[in-house]
Amino acid sequence: MSDPSVLGTAVAEPDPPPAGGADAQERARSLASDAWHDLRRRPLFLISVALIAILLVLAAFPQLFTSADPNAGDLARSRQAPSGQAWFGYDLLGRDVYARTIYGTRVSIVVGVLATTFTVLLGGTLGMLAGYHGGWVDTLVSRLTDVVFGLPFVLGAIVILSSFREAIGEGAVGITALVVLTMAALSWPVSMRITRSAAITARNQDYVRAARALGAGPARVIWRHMLPNCLAPVLVYATIALGAFIGVEATLSFLGIGLRDPVVSWGVMISEARDYIRVAPHLLLFPAAFLAVTVLAFVMLGDAVRDAFDPKGR
Amino acid sequence: MGRYILRRLLQLVPVFIGTTFLIYLLVWALPGDPFAGKCGERACPDAYITRMREEFHLDENVVVQYLRYLGNLLQGDFGQTFSGTSVGELIAAAYPVTLRLAIVALLIEALIGVLAGVLTGLRSGGFLDNLVLVSTLFLISIPVFVTGYVLQTVLGLRLGLISPTVSADAGFGELIVPGFVLASLSMAYVARLTRTSIAENRRSDYVRTAVAKGLEPRRVVGVHLLRNSLIPVVTFLGVDLGSLMSGAIVTEGIFNIRGIGGLVFRSIALREGATVTGVVVLLVIVYLLMNLLVDVVYAVLDPRIRYV
Repeated sequence: MSDPSVLGTAVAEPDPPPAGGADAQERARSLASDAWHDLRRRPLFLISVALIAILLVLAAFPQLFTSADPNAGDLARSRQAPSGQAWFGYDLLGRDVYARTIYGTRVSIVVGVLATTFTVLLGGTLGMLAGYHGGWVDTLVSRLTDVVFGLPFVLGAIVILSSFREAIGEGAVGITALVVLTMAALSWPVSMRITRSAAITARNQDYVRAARALGAGPARVIWRHMLPNCLAPVLVYATIALGAFIGVEATLSFLGIGLRDPVVSWGVMISEARDYIRVAPHLLLFPAAFLAVTVLAFVMLGDAVRDAFDPKGR
Repeated sequence: MGRYILRRLLQLVPVFIGTTFLIYLLVWALPGDPFAGKCGERACPDAYITRMREEFHLDENVVVQYLRYLGNLLQGDFGQTFSGTSVGELIAAAYPVTLRLAIVALLIEALIGVLAGVLTGLRSGGFLDNLVLVSTLFLISIPVFVTGYVLQTVLGLRLGLISPTVSADAGFGELIVPGFVLASLSMAYVARLTRTSIAENRRSDYVRTAVAKGLEPRRVVGVHLLRNSLIPVVTFLGVDLGSLMSGAIVTEGIFNIRGIGGLVFRSIALREGATVTGVVVLLVIVYLLMNLLVDVVYAVLDPRIRYV
């Protein structure tokens, strides 16, 4: 999970789906409804959606699942093994690992969702502009993308995070926002490239020419005509990237530069557990298992959606 | 071909300058006192700060500083740390270790990934296919540091098969398990990429022709199918060498390998900007050159691609 940009190579592989039009008419179903029809029959899709639904409930209402306070420590029960009292045991400071794992869901998912949103918004906007305008705009934006893409992700993140570390203070919101923005600032190039290639394909389609001939301005052409047809490949990337970002958050926290106390996240828990893995493996095991299952759910969902939207698989 | 390479090399220049300037800006132009904590338990004396700021040209415009750095870099000089050690020497000591680790990882992921991809791509839908699909999903989902700690604990501490930490000279044998950990994520991608590519090309005309000509299956797969299907895999592997080296920081931390990851991490904690910039610049060069190399290898693998 060290570098979400590698996903691009794997995700960008299938050609962008055909832009509606001819393909959809033959089947009398749009690409989206066709994909939906296909998806409902896939066990992988159903399993991942069920898992994600459970995780979202955990994130939204953690108090439904545990009555323990995730930050209440009691040194007398430091590193106690799992028992009937505390299902996942207690951590070094005697805090309930089960409660922390449940409460950690929210931060991990919020970080993943926000980082994905910013990445897709930033990369999508730039890619759409570059693809639509072409010419010097395209050259400029593409070179900028190359520059950011050349920056090694982990090293770039370490430099940014440690530079701004003191500036943001000790608040939970500030720490989380910095991590989210850093991840987005370093990973937008992949979504820019995906959107750009989709936009270049769409720009030369007849419906875009027709819209232009009818006098639609650039804003309207992009928003009403090109965007709906360029969305599919970016959304597929976003689903898989969401899982990867949750893993990246954990990696950064593990290195000690991402999230930190008072924020409760799986990455923070794993980072705290690493020095005690020999004496108290349960400290690592439970947050890591939750992390792996979450990433797994999003990657499976992305896989299923990609296969459904890929016209070659039909 | 020669002209193509030359043109690509020229295109690399603006990207190289942009990326290195960005990292220079991040390291040197951000707020924060580079001399905080440099003089032990007390604040640094003004005379020392003045001298150091002058020696490292910290009061000049950052663009001028960068241009000076670039000029030195072109002469092979990576600069010095604040304590006067040559950054070039620090990198020369740490770099080979990381390079070795990345190459071991690359070999492991190429070997296992391509093998798994070819076997499953040829027979999709079977038991092996599903096994590989599920294991790649798991490799993608489990963070590298969890794989690292689990392997270190199980193989190193419980079973005693490997030494849990790597010694200072870090030979190839010691790096196999860390290399496997580092490669685990990319291995899954290589397997999937190969599988998709093989499955797609298996139905293509040239494979049908080769079979119809009466070639034995070994030759059809080994020469006709594999050579065409490996193009996306080669791209991935080439670009991946760069990310393996920068991603090695986690693996190096777990197995106590003295590579550039640890060097960067210590330098950032100590605010040694020169070392950080030097390592990142080196990684950017590796990344750009690997990209170029990949494009050149294309032409060798696929005769349909010709560069003018």
